[in-house]
Order: sequence, then structure tokens, then C-alpha cells
Amino acid sequence: MTDPLPAPLAESPLQPLPDVGGPAQALLSVSGLTKTFAGRGKLFGGRAGAVQAVSAVSFDVRKGETLGIVGESGCGKSTASKLIMGLLEPTAGEIVFDGEALGRDAAGLRRYRRQVQMVFQDSFSSLNPRLTIEESIAFPPMVHGMARKAAIGIARDMLAAVGLQPAQYATRFPHELSGGQRQRVNIARALALRPRLVVLDEPVSALDKSVEAQVLNLLMDLKAEFGLTYIFISHDLNVVQYISDRVLVMYLGRVVELGAAEAIFAGAAHPYTSALLASRPSVAGRSREAPPLVGDPPSPVNPPSGCAFHPRCVFSEAVCATTRPALLPVAVPDRQAEHLAACLINQPGSGHSRAPKAA
Amino acid sequence: MSALQSQSQPLVKVRDLNVAFVSKEATLHAVNGVDFDLAPKETLCILGESGSGKSVTLRSLMRLHPPRRTRITGTIQVDGTDIVAASERELSSIRGRLVSMIFQEPMTALDPVFTIGKQITETIRRHEGVSHQEAQRRALDLLELVQIPSARQRLDAYPHELSGGLRQRAMIAVALSVRPKLLLADEPTTALDATVQIQVLLLLKRIQAELGMGVIFVTHDLGVAGEIADRIAVMYAGRFIEEAPAEALLEAPEHPYVEGLLGATVTPASRGRRLTAIPGSPPNLRTLPVGCAFAPRCTSAEPNCRAAVPDLRALAPDRTVRCIHPAGLRPSMPPAMAFAAEERAP
Ligand SMILES: Nc1ncnc2c1ncn2[C@@H]1O[C@H](COP(=O)(O)OP(=O)(O)O)[C@@H](O)[C@H]1O
Ligand SMILES: Nc1ncnc2c1ncn2[C@@H]1O[C@H](COP(=O)(O)OP(=O)(O)O)[C@@H](O)[C@H]1O
Ligand code: SF4
Ligand SMILES: [Mg+2]
Ligand SMILES: [Mg+2]
Repeated sequence: MTDPLPAPLAESPLQPLPDVGGPAQALLSVSGLTKTFAGRGKLFGGRAGAVQAVSAVSFDVRKGETLGIVGESGCGKSTASKLIMGLLEPTAGEIVFDGEALGRDAAGLRRYRRQVQMVFQDSFSSLNPRLTIEESIAFPPMVHGMARKAAIGIARDMLAAVGLQPAQYATRFPHELSGGQRQRVNIARALALRPRLVVLDEPVSALDKSVEAQVLNLLMDLKAEFGLTYIFISHDLNVVQYISDRVLVMYLGRVVELGAAEAIFAGAAHPYTSALLASRPSVAGRSREAPPLVGDPPSPVNPPSGCAFHPRCVFSEAVCATTRPALLPVAVPDRQAEHLAACLINQPGSGHSRAPKAA
Repeated sequence: MSALQSQSQPLVKVRDLNVAFVSKEATLHAVNGVDFDLAPKETLCILGESGSGKSVTLRSLMRLHPPRRTRITGTIQVDGTDIVAASERELSSIRGRLVSMIFQEPMTALDPVFTIGKQITETIRRHEGVSHQEAQRRALDLLELVQIPSARQRLDAYPHELSGGLRQRAMIAVALSVRPKLLLADEPTTALDATVQIQVLLLLKRIQAELGMGVIFVTHDLGVAGEIADRIAVMYAGRFIEEAPAEALLEAPEHPYVEGLLGATVTPASRGRRLTAIPGSPPNLRTLPVGCAFAPRCTSAEPNCRAAVPDLRALAPDRTVRCIHPAGLRPSMPPAMAFAAEERAP
């Protein structure tokens, strides 16, 4: 991202920016990403205090993959996505896109924003109620220097791509659409700049099941059609299992497990992931008597010492309260090297009685 | 009717319930001919997508609708009392004695300016006229029953001082303080995180068994219904379109909409398959179609489906469906597969 973006756009806006680093290069690489919010205290019982919403988060997003991010509310998923989008300034850490570090210079950010787009959960508040659907979709290309007429043309193409007949929908307003249709419009708007990476933050969580299925199918189709890479954030494990190639599990601002979706859903390495999977309501669960976990997720204002999960973990031992486990490859022989977990049980010599013997 | 019901009088009996909201511009037909029974100690889940009439049906059992704008017809009996005909005084006695309700958002039911203990003891004293001390003791028992840790200290907590899961438990304790025979639950776990939701579901199940309450539980989540329901009734456009024992319904749905809903729901088994989305969207409740409300989206629909609302048919003693072509009586391809075929077509 060294060369400044020419305005108006030199490339045709329907052409995505070229792949710089080649297929083996991670599209996005995040390291040590941290965000601390100053205490807003008074709202919550008069207790002021800083919130470390995201703590030293590191991961790669590979070209063409869907990386799912799961975790309970407040674990930092949305904060992480806003950091990635450049909507929030990180307290620490680095973001590298296709081999180039994301700087703070205007031209670099502008070029980055063209390649990374976002879709939010709330389909309504992310659309301007006074703009027609086609104007909303045409807005980002116009901001990036395209003439209005050309941008409206692109908007209509994108509407068709997300399954909304341009002739029928282009000139409607957001309130004239259903929630599912509005979410299609948000997706169309995110794709209008032909981004390479799309960050989807709970994109189907507000939709009814039958509509959720339509939108998930659409997202799969668009990914293939436009050669996209997704970061897909959701609290719904079934949806994440369905759509992800790899999965990242967060707890209290930290990554606790990262690996191939198949590996994680077949055998989670972190006790929190296992409990999360076992908590999914299902018909098969009818005979269960005890819940997989007790208690609520802890507050990030006052995080537990050592492993943040230790107060709720059934395997917790004294060492868990004093030692924070690093995110390390899972030390079970039949697991792939690319399966990481932050639990002392998986770490030889950690002092946990269940850990493998140190080599 | 289920085996449970044939043994005893139903706790709830609803016949041909219709609820419409009248305004100057239009009449909205939210509930359109609902019949069901609930046996004492039974859990019925009302399952449906948003706007299908679940909450309106539930609120009708306590007649919680705005009186001037609401038109209710049909019969609702709760423990023998006619709810449709009851006077306001009878109703408030029923609400404080026989029936309690819990909600998705606990602050709907909790008062932010009183401690949890105060809210429970006041309800108990108003309702049973016992001493303050006795009410305090019962309040403590209730907080222990809903598994609030350090219950004694929590009696002095204000609702905002509790975490989401504890607040939900406190609301349940307040609802139980009148010793209801019938608990109405309107998506009480929908806003909770997965690990907390399952705790609250199991808690409700245990309390229901311990106290022997009847429960009507509204949800849009098949998995939640699967965890908690004895029977499931699926709503679409204000009607119960299928009702059956939970396992039977989730294993082999009969109504094309229920088949579609199961196909559209993402489960662990969905990975690697294309989801079978139901095309289109639910009808406008101001201008309902004459016949089956699902006909415009249904691959099994034929002219008869559009001519009149299909009768409720009993497929088994404990199973009903409102469809001319339920899966069990359909010779050809089931609609779930038909949806898939249609979607894949270029
Ligand atoms: N702007 C903000 N100011 C202060 N705290 C915030 C802000 N945004 C988020 N937080 C806090 O950061 C934590 C993580 O929030 P969020 O990223 O929204 O979690 P998630 O998306 O996983 O539910 C929460 O404790 C939240 O209250
Ligand atoms: N008090 C009311 N006045 C007018 N319309 C209402 C009222 N309550 C509910 N409705 C409408 O009735 C329909 C069914 O609503 P509801 O029972 O809340 O659906 P859900 O199945 O999501 O719980 C919706 O179209 C809703 O907007
Ligand atoms: S480190 Fe200890 S407390 Fe943390 S997950 Fe592992 S066993 Fe549980
Ligand atoms: Mg979020
Ligand atoms: Mg409702």
C-alpha cells in the first residue's frame, strides 16, 4: 500500500485490486492486537475501570478462506472486527494486509478500506433511511471517486447479484424492505467496491431461520463468484460450523483456540470450546441433567488471574489461577500442527496434572 | 390429546381463539383460529418465526392486550376460569395467583428501584398475607430454588447489580413467588449466551417438575424446543399448523412449512450441504390469503389449498396438522427435497 490511490480510480472499480503477495501469503495478518477502553464506570454500579476488550490477539486469514470467530457476548468479537476495519485505533498490535503493514496515512487507509468491507448484524441502522437502496449501494464507489451514473450502474448490478430485482427494488427505501432484504442490500453495498476481504459481524443473527438459510446460501455463492475471503463472526456455533474453514474461539478478549473447523468440531482442545459446543441446544440433549458450565462469563473489567477461564473450568487446578496459558500447538500427536489452544492441559511441563510429560 | 391429558382435566383449554388489532387504517389478524389443550404439569412449546403470533397467543391467556384496539373471540379457559369473559377484577386475581409470565428482557418484569428481596417478599405478602419474616424466608428459598449463588446477599441486590443470567433467574423467582399453576414463558432464554441459556433451560425444566406447573414456552429456536418441550405446536400466520409430541415432530414433520423450517435450520449435520431455504416470506397479516397461508410458498400446493383454510386433521391420537398434503400422506417427493431441487436449478 505504498502507492497512493489515484482519484478518480485508475482501475475500473469492478476490478478488485491485484493480489500482491501471491496465494501463499496471508491476506490479513494480525499480531498482538490489543484494545483498552478507558473506564466508563458509572453505568455499571459506579465502578470505574479500564476494559481490555481485546488482548494480544494474533491470527492470519488465508486467501480464499472463511475464518469463523465465535465466543459469548462481550468477549471482544466486535471490537476485534472494528480494529481490523480501522474503525478503532488499536492500543497495541499490528495489522498486515497482503504483506503490507497498515499505516495511518490517509492514502494507505483509503486503499485498505476499498479492499476490506464490513457487514453488521443490524440491517436497519447501517443504511441511511433517506437514501434509496441504489443510492446507498452507489455511495461507497462515489466516495472513492466514481461518477454518479457509473456508480448507480454498479449498484444495480450488485442488487441483481444479491437476488433483488433492480427494477423492483432499486428506488425503494430501507423501511420498505424486510430484514432479510435489507441484509442483502448491506451485502451488496459491501461488495460494490469489489473488496477482497469481507468482515461479517453477526450477519444473520437478527434473521428468521428460513431467511437465515437464504442469506447463508447467498454468502456462499458470492464468495465463489467474486473470489472473496471472509471473517465470519457469530455467537451461533452451528452457523460457524457450517460456514467456516477455520475457527477462532475467543474468551474474555483472548484467543483460546484456533484450528480447522473439522478438527475443532470433532474434538475441541480447550475446555471452554468443549463446553460451548456441549451447550448447543439440541433434540439429542433431552436426556442431559447438568449444564456443561455454571455461572456467567466474567466481566472484562476485572478479569480472573492466570487462565481467565479457570473459575468456570472443570479441569481447573491451582496452577491455572497463577499461570496464563499461551496459545500453543496442541500437543496431541494425531492433531495437525495448525491446531492451537491456550490451555495448560495441552502444554507439556505446564504443571497441570493432565498435561503430557515434558520432553 | 396426549396420554397425560386423557387422565385429567386440562389446565388450559383454548378453542377457536381469534385475536385482531383494529386501527383506523387496517385490521391486523394476529391469531386466526387456534385450538389447544395443556395438561397440568405439561410443557408445550409454541414454535414459529417472528410475527407468527406466538406472543399474542401467550398474552391472550392473561388478556394482556390493549382493550380498546383488540378484538378477541373464542374460548380460553385456565383452570376452569373463562379468561375471555372475566372481569378486570377476576383477571388481576388470576394474574397474581394462578398464572405468571416471564420474558426475554428481565427488566420487563423487574422493578429497577427495589431490591430483588423486596420485590419477592412484597408479592408473597400481598398474595398470602404472611408475616414479613415468613415472606423473607420464602424469598430466600426461592432464590436458592433458582440457583442464585450467595442467595442471602443477593436478596439485597438491585436488578442492575446482577449479571444477565442472574437477572433472568431473579425474574423467574419473582414469577414463582405466587406459586402459579401455569407459567407462561416468552422467549426467556433468547437473549442469553449459549452456556447460560442451557443452564436456564435445565433450571426451568427442573422447577417445572418439582413444582408441577404447566408451562407454555414460546420460542423461535428448534433446538430450544427440542430441549424443553413435551409437545410442540408450530405457528404460521396466526394458526397452529402442526402439533405433536416434541420428538415425533422434530423427527418427522408433516406440514410442508415445518419440513421447510427444519431443512432451513443450520445444524451440525448441515456442513457441506447447501441449505434448503424456503423461498419467499410470510404473508401480510392485514390481507391474509383465503386458503392455506403457506400455499404461496409451498411446492405441494394445489387449487384446493387456496380455496379454503385446510381443516385440522388428526394423523394420530396426539398429532394434528392443518394441511391437505401432509408428508405421511404424500406419495411423491417431499417438499424439503423439492425446495432443494428448485434452488439448484439454474
Ligand atoms: N466503546 C466502548 N467503550 C467501552 N467499552 C466497550 C466499548 N465497546 C465495547 N466495549 C466493551 O468491550 C468488551 C467487548 O465488547 P464487544 O467487542 O462488543 O464484544 P462482542 O462483540 O464479542 O459481544 C465488552 O465488555 C464491552 O462492554
Ligand atoms: N398490541 C398490538 N397492536 C397491533 N399489532 C400487534 C400488537 N401486538 C402484536 N401485534 C402484531 O401481531 C403480529 C403477531 O405478533 P407476535 O405475536 O408478537 O409475533 P411473534 O410470533 O413474533 O411473537 C405481528 O404482526 C405484530 O406486529
Ligand atoms: S488452563 Fe486450566 S483453567 Fe484454563 S482451560 Fe486449561 S485446565 Fe481449564
Ligand atoms: Mg458483537
Ligand atoms: Mg414474540
